[in-house]
Order: sequence, then structure tokens, then C-alpha cells
Amino acid sequence: MDMFVVMLALPLVSGALLTLAGERAWAPNLNILASAGTFLAAVLLTVEIVAFGPRFAFGEQFFIDSLNVFFVALTAFVGFTTSLFSGPYMKNERARGKLSVPRLRLYKSMYQFFMFTMLAALTTNNLGLLWVMMEAATLTTVLLVSLYRTPASLEAAWKYFILCGVGIAQALFGTILLYFAAERVLGETGNALLWTHLVGAKAFLDPTIMSLAFVFLLVGYGTKVGLAPLHNWLPDAHAEGPTPVSAVLSGLLLNVALYALLRCKVLADGALPAGFAGNLMMGFGLFTLLVAAFFLSRQKDIKRMFAYSSIEHMGIITFAFGMGGAIANFAGLLHMTLHSLTKSAIFFAVGHAAQKTGTQRMDDIRGLVKINPLIGWGLMLGTLAILGMPPFGVFASEFMILTHAMQHHPWATPLLLLGLGIAFAAIFGRVQPMVFGETEAKRLPHAPAITPVFVHLALVLMLGLWIPPDLARWFHEAARMLG
Amino acid sequence: MSVAGILGQLFALVLALLLAPLLTGWVNQCRAWLQNRSAPPLWQPYYTLHKLFNKDVVLADGASSLFRVAPFVVFGAMALACAIVPSLSTDLPFAPAADALALVGVFGLARLFISLAAMDVGTAFGSLGGRREMLVGFLAEPALLMVIFTVAMIANSTSVAAIVATLAHRDFVIYPSLAFAGVAFTMVSLAENARVPVDNPATHLELTMIHEAMILEYSGRHLALIEWAASLKLYAYSCLGLAFFFPWGIAERDNLLALAAAVPLLILKLAIGGFLLALIETVNAKMRIFRAPEFLGTAFMLAVLGLLVRLLLETRV
Amino acid sequence: MSDVPLSAQLINLCAAAILLLAFAMLAQRRVLQLIDLFALQGFALFLSTLIVAVKTGQTHLYFSAALTLALKVAVLPLILRRLVQRLHVKGEVEPLINIPTTMLVGIMLVVVAFNVALPIAQLSATITRGTLGIALATVMLAFLMMITRKKAITQVVGFLAMENGLFLAATSATYGMPMVVELGIALDVLIGVIILGVFFFQIRDQFDSLDIHHLERLKDH
Repeated sequence: MDMFVVMLALPLVSGALLTLAGERAWAPNLNILASAGTFLAAVLLTVEIVAFGPRFAFGEQFFIDSLNVFFVALTAFVGFTTSLFSGPYMKNERARGKLSVPRLRLYKSMYQFFMFTMLAALTTNNLGLLWVMMEAATLTTVLLVSLYRTPASLEAAWKYFILCGVGIAQALFGTILLYFAAERVLGETGNALLWTHLVGAKAFLDPTIMSLAFVFLLVGYGTKVGLAPLHNWLPDAHAEGPTPVSAVLSGLLLNVALYALLRCKVLADGALPAGFAGNLMMGFGLFTLLVAAFFLSRQKDIKRMFAYSSIEHMGIITFAFGMGGAIANFAGLLHMTLHSLTKSAIFFAVGHAAQKTGTQRMDDIRGLVKINPLIGWGLMLGTLAILGMPPFGVFASEFMILTHAMQHHPWATPLLLLGLGIAFAAIFGRVQPMVFGETEAKRLPHAPAITPVFVHLALVLMLGLWIPPDLARWFHEAARMLG
Repeated sequence: MSVAGILGQLFALVLALLLAPLLTGWVNQCRAWLQNRSAPPLWQPYYTLHKLFNKDVVLADGASSLFRVAPFVVFGAMALACAIVPSLSTDLPFAPAADALALVGVFGLARLFISLAAMDVGTAFGSLGGRREMLVGFLAEPALLMVIFTVAMIANSTSVAAIVATLAHRDFVIYPSLAFAGVAFTMVSLAENARVPVDNPATHLELTMIHEAMILEYSGRHLALIEWAASLKLYAYSCLGLAFFFPWGIAERDNLLALAAAVPLLILKLAIGGFLLALIETVNAKMRIFRAPEFLGTAFMLAVLGLLVRLLLETRV
Repeated sequence: MSDVPLSAQLINLCAAAILLLAFAMLAQRRVLQLIDLFALQGFALFLSTLIVAVKTGQTHLYFSAALTLALKVAVLPLILRRLVQRLHVKGEVEPLINIPTTMLVGIMLVVVAFNVALPIAQLSATITRGTLGIALATVMLAFLMMITRKKAITQVVGFLAMENGLFLAATSATYGMPMVVELGIALDVLIGVIILGVFFFQIRDQFDSLDIHHLERLKDH
């Protein structure tokens, strides 16, 4: 059985099933089961790719190599743990009367469809299809963000739809320009959007068209990555949607958008004089980091704050890939992985904390350690991890990015440090009283799912202390591919 | 310059003088049909002109000589415009003078005089109309110039005759820029000829009228000349539009036979154009005077767009 | 110019019409007329796609022309019109910036777009290369419309007009993208509009209005 087909088919079929079947008792289990199956298939696929090298699927429409298989595994894993987390979380929301049964059904089916679009976007070889899947991912998550149907969530979803719709339209224009450039080299054979063909011909793509195309692609996919100044949708969507959605938005969607950008950067680097694409990305990344850091300190809503933290990290990662070279790319990939794991863990903890205290206002959340020590410590450790404290992995990747920046782009170092410093002070100052403080909150009707939080954090810790040689080799290979 | 050429030029001028009131009558008749009114006879403008020429002139007390000269200047300018717009042939003695920019100047001269004359007597309506006319003209002129530039770029000449020759006698080519220019030109023509969305030639409502406000003090043969000049202006604009956008059928030689062949086609085109004008006037409502700048601004913008489209789409690099 | 084949001239004409309609939409104050203009723009797009299809003989372009006709001319305007009627959207759309100013900004955008597209147009082998600039201009004008209008429904029309511009670039400037991609884009647009339709009802239920200035509460304090 082809693991790739299984991996794509499972979320699609179960999404359809969950839509049709309605909210039965087994629906949450099906959701988890399908995610687990997807994860399993992704793991087997990864093993296969590592053992036998890159492969195609469905003709040449899909292509799995060492770059994207790494994202596939990560996506399937976070998708799986998030489904574990969302089981009890959604039941609690139902018990609190915030969601009706049809909404739960919508949530589960859209969640599976979202997973499908993410995985398809990651594995497709066709840059046009990549765009289609990114847009489809927007559509599914718009419905997820507006799940509560409150004025605020509607506003957030509307903003999300319009901003990302406009942004991604720019990406489509970039894709068309890319096709325009490729067609001159590859001919009208229908292969002109296939990445494997494009990479072979990248040196012959016309630089004038490619520079314009890359600018459009950067703005377009950058909107979805959350690069400033087009980041406005991100805090709203994260804060007003259900927490599992915030977790997958931060942990997966941003990554996939960044992945799309990386694929395009490889092509742009081949066609354009060195540094054009990289400098653009460095500029945007640094700007995003600073903007996010300054906004971080002004947040009152806990999910908004961590959404800004996601923007900040996306800025750092974009900057790292902008610098380019083996070390920076390695650090960027590592940071993407770690951010994904850490941020989703934080959102799991935040979700339960917000449920327990019944609010997302940070001033009203106090003494989490007393209500539930596991949630409290989970949030504290997650915060420390995302702030780059050793021995967590984020420290390693941030350290690598900083040292590389010092060597090659010394002017950027003070700005990086400034951004990181402000973010540290802002987040730590907020989280500390939330975790340790006085409180009188009640127990939840459904026991929270704490395991995913600690599984993620354990992985982050492990990656900080020791990267398995297989994984390291794989990172290196992917980093080399990015040039 | 041959005798036939001079004859042809004279013929074109006389034809314009005769046809112009008929065109006005035709438009009025179409308007009446479209609005379910019983139509005035087609010859009504001639009757009016005849009546006015036979009446005495009554001059206002404070009228200066400018007031008396203006109708003749206006009429002369319009007749000149009609003579130099190539309606029948591109090879007439006046054709070298038919520079599109000069044409705009001729229209401008007429506008200046009629506005000054309107203010001359010192009545409230006169100066109000004169000011409004200048406002419209101020906005319409640049738009008209942009239209002309667009068309001139195709022919690489601002000579109307050369433009017509280029457009009419080459292989059939579609110019998207002409579509923009055409719409802009239509809008400018509506404003310049005091037609419906901007002005209404059929009412004397003081709040809205522009053209009629200016000529309230005129009577007798002066009024006849101004009315005739208004008809000629409509005719000149129609011919200019036809020359730019539907130039087929305009003769290129100055022999009388070719001219004679061009006449029925011209009348047919004018009839269709007049009907379309009546249609536009019927389906649109008169806009507030303060919206006129917006209307003409749009015309200007369209003309600029036409120019841009011309640069992007139609120039070979 | 005269050695350019008729098909390319016709495509250029359609492209110019699309640009003209984009401006007309920018100037239009009434919602229903705006939707009509959008449908008309879709029709021009359909024509240009059809001409490209006839010219190049690629079967999938016939398909995408049919898709354009069905979607952009028939289905989407129909959905939008129904929405306007059922939601009782008031006739006039008050823009945030007055229309002449918008127009001037629009002209500048067109100049910018043409300028950007010019070096590319010079490189292209296809005769209809100029349409790329027009497509870019249409996208920018639609973007401008989305920024300057207050009603949610006009923003959506702007969004769709933007898609029209992109489709023009995809079909006319490059003689068609691969079939899968075009199908996918069309599907996304359709689903997007359906979702937005659902959204309108929710927004109206929550705010009793489709004015998006109600949607400005989420801010950073």
C-alpha cells in the first residue's frame, strides 16, 4: 500500500465522513483515529524517503524529497497531538455552552480537511496546486476561526479572509509570472509549474520576470506567514478561534506558508543575482521581529500575546533563511520545528488555563499552579522554551542564527537582540504572575489532556540537548537543498 | 489647389450649414419618440431660424458692442470648425489647417466670446451661465485634448485629415485605446453641447441651466445666429467623432464624384449618431451641476487611460 | 500594428474592456449595478479566454472559458444578487474616500502597473503580452476598491474582480495555465463566495448591518 496515498486519503475521507455522519459519540474518536493514522502513514513515508530517496506520486504532480518530508512528519505529528488535545477541550467548550452540536461537527470535518490541504500543499510538485491548497487551507480555517459566531470571532474571520484572500491573490499573480517565465524555457508542455522541472531550468529563467514574481510571491505567501506589515489578521484569528485552531494555525499553517516561500526562493536564487531574494527576506524578517516585539508588550489577551510571539518567531526564521548558507538554513529549519512544537504546546496549556479561569484576559488569570500544577508548569516551561532559555532547543537554534548573523551581517545583530530582549521581558513578565499567584477557580467537567503538552516539551528539550544523527543528517540535506 | 477642390470645400461648408439644423431637429424628434411625446416636425429648427431672422433685435440697456459682435464671432468660429473637420473628404483646401489642437482653440474662442457676452449685460442669470460654461469648458478641454493625443499617437500627427487617412485607409486594426478615447469623447461632447447629463437644452430651469442661461438676453437675428451656431457645434462634434472613430467612407480625393458618394454615408452615420445621442439623453437623468466636474473628471481619466493603453498594448518595442 | 493577427487584437480589446470595467466598478455607487458590471467583466474575460482557446486550440482553455462563463457571468452574480435582495442592502455604497480622488489614485495605480509590466512585456514571445500589465492594473484597481468601500458585499465584489484580473493574466498573457490549477482556482473561488454568503448572514445577525466599520473592534490596545 502506498503510504503517501494513505496519508492524503485518510484526512480527506474522514473529513467527508465526519461531515456526513454528524455528531455521533464516536466522532471525536474518529477524529483522533484518523489523525493517528495520518501520522503513522507520514512516519512510514518518512522512513521510506530516508531509505530510498525522493519519489513522485500521481504522475509528477506530487513529489516528496528530504525537504518536505520533514515538514510532512512534523505536520502530521502536531496534527495528531492537537486532535488528542481537542477531544476534551471541545467537550469542555460544549459543557460551557459555547458551542452547539452542529458546530462540533463543523469543527471536526474542517479540521480533517485542513490537515488534508496542509499535507497536499507540502507534497505537491505543482506550484499552481500549491497555491490552490494554500487558498483552500485559508477557506477551511476561516470557518474554524468563526466557530463561536461571536461578533469578535466573525470580525476576526472576516479580517482573516479578506487579508489572506488579497495576500494570496498576490501570490497567484507571482505564480502566474513564474509560469510566464518558465514557459519561455520549458515550453507549453504543462510541466512549466512543476518544481522538479523548474529547479533544473532555474538558471535560465528570465531575471526581470523572476524578480517581480518573487516580490509578489513574498508579499503573498508572506501575508500568510504573518510577515509585517501584513500580519494584522494573525493575532485576531488566533485569539478569537478555538484554541486547537490557534495551535494548528501557529504550529502548521505558518510553517506551510513559509515552506511555499522557501520553494520559491530556491528558484529565485537560481535565476537572480545573489542576495536579491535573501536580502528581501532578511529585511522583512527583521522588520517583522521588531514590530511583533513592540506589540507584544501591549497585549492583554493571552492568546493574542502568543500570536504575536508566533509573528516574532516567523520573523526570526524568515531572517535566518534570508541569510542563507548551510548553517543559517539548518538553524532556520530547526527553529521552525521547535517553534511548531513549542507554540502548539503553549496553546494547549493556554487553552486549558483559559477554560479553567473562564477568561483570556491575562490580568484575570492567576495562580495556575494551584488550580492545576500540570497546566501551570506546562505553561511556564513552554514559555521558557519559546523564550529561548537553555537547555530547550529554541536556545540552540536562536544561538546559531545569532552567531551566524554576527559573522555575516553584524549590523543586524543589535536589532535581533533588541527584538528578542523586548519579547523576553514582555512575555515573561506576563506569564509569571499567571502561573504563580492567588486564585479561586473551579475544576473542569472533563479532565484536560495534558500529555500532548509534555510530549511536545520533552521533544523540544531533547532537541536542545541532543539531535538524533538521522535527524541531523536529514536537516543538513534539506539545508543544502535550500542553497 | 484645383477648382474642384475649392468647389468641394464650398460644398462641404454649405452642406454643414444646411445639415446642422436638420441634425438638431432629428435629435429632438428621436427624443420625442423615445419619451412617448408627439414629435415636432423634422424641419422645426429651420422654422425657428426663419422666424428669428425676421424679428427685430431688442438690446439690453447696458449692452456693449461685445454683446452685438459675439453672435457673429461664435457663428463664424463654428462654421470654420465645420469647414475644417473632414466630413466628406480628407483632401480639401482647408485640410492642412485642420489641426486638432487648432480646432480646440476655435471652440475655445467661441466659448470665450459667448461667456463674455453673457456677463456683458450684467444680469444674474447671464453671469451665472457664463461662469458655469467656463467651469465645464475648463474641465472638458483637457479631456478633449487627451482624446486627441490618443488618436494622434496612432497617426503620428495631430492633423485631423492625417488621422482620418491613417484610420480609414489602412488594414482593419482594432485599437483598444480608441474604445477608451471614444467613451471619453462621447462624454466630452455631451458636456460641450449642453446635452443631458450635464445640461438640458429643453428647459429653462434657473437652478440647472448653463447654455440657456447665457443666451437669455439675446433676441432676433442674434439669437438665430447663436442657435444656428449651437447646431453647427453639434454637427462639428459629431463629424469629429465620426472622423476619429468611424472614418470609413470619407473620400480621399477632391473630385466631386467621390464627394457625392460620401454624402449619403455621412447622412446615414449622422442619423445613427443622432439617434444614439437621443437615446443617451433619454436613459440618463440630468445630474446636479456639482456632479459635472466628476463626470468630466471621469472623461479625462478615461482619455488618459486610453493613452496609457495605447502605450502599453499597441506600441511595438 | 497592422501585422498583429486579428485574434491578438481582439484579446487586447477584451483586456482593455476589462480594465475599463474595473474603472467603472470603482466609480459605481450602487450595489446592484456594481454586480452587473462585475458580470460584464466576467463576460469580457470569457470572450478573451475563448479567443485564446480558438487561437491555440488547447482543449482545456475551452473548458476554462466555459467555466468562466458559468461561474463569473452566471452563478456568482446570481448568488450576489440574491444576497443583496435577501439582506436588504441599501442601494448606495458610500465610499470612504470620494470617487474622484479614488479615480486619481486609480490612474496612478495603472501607471505603476504598466510601468512594472513594461519590461516583461518586452520580453514576452506571445503577442498579447500587453495584457499582463492590464491584468496587474485590474488587480490593483480591485484592491483599491476593497480598501475604499465600506460595505462587506462590495469588498467581496472587489475580491472577485481581483480574481478576474488574475485569470486574465493566466489565460491571455500566458495562453493558459495547466488545467488542474485552473480548476482548483475556480473551485476555491466558488467555495469562497459560498462561505462569504454564509458569513454575511452571520454578520448581519450579529451587527444588524453589513457595514464593515462594525468590524473594527479588535485592536491592539
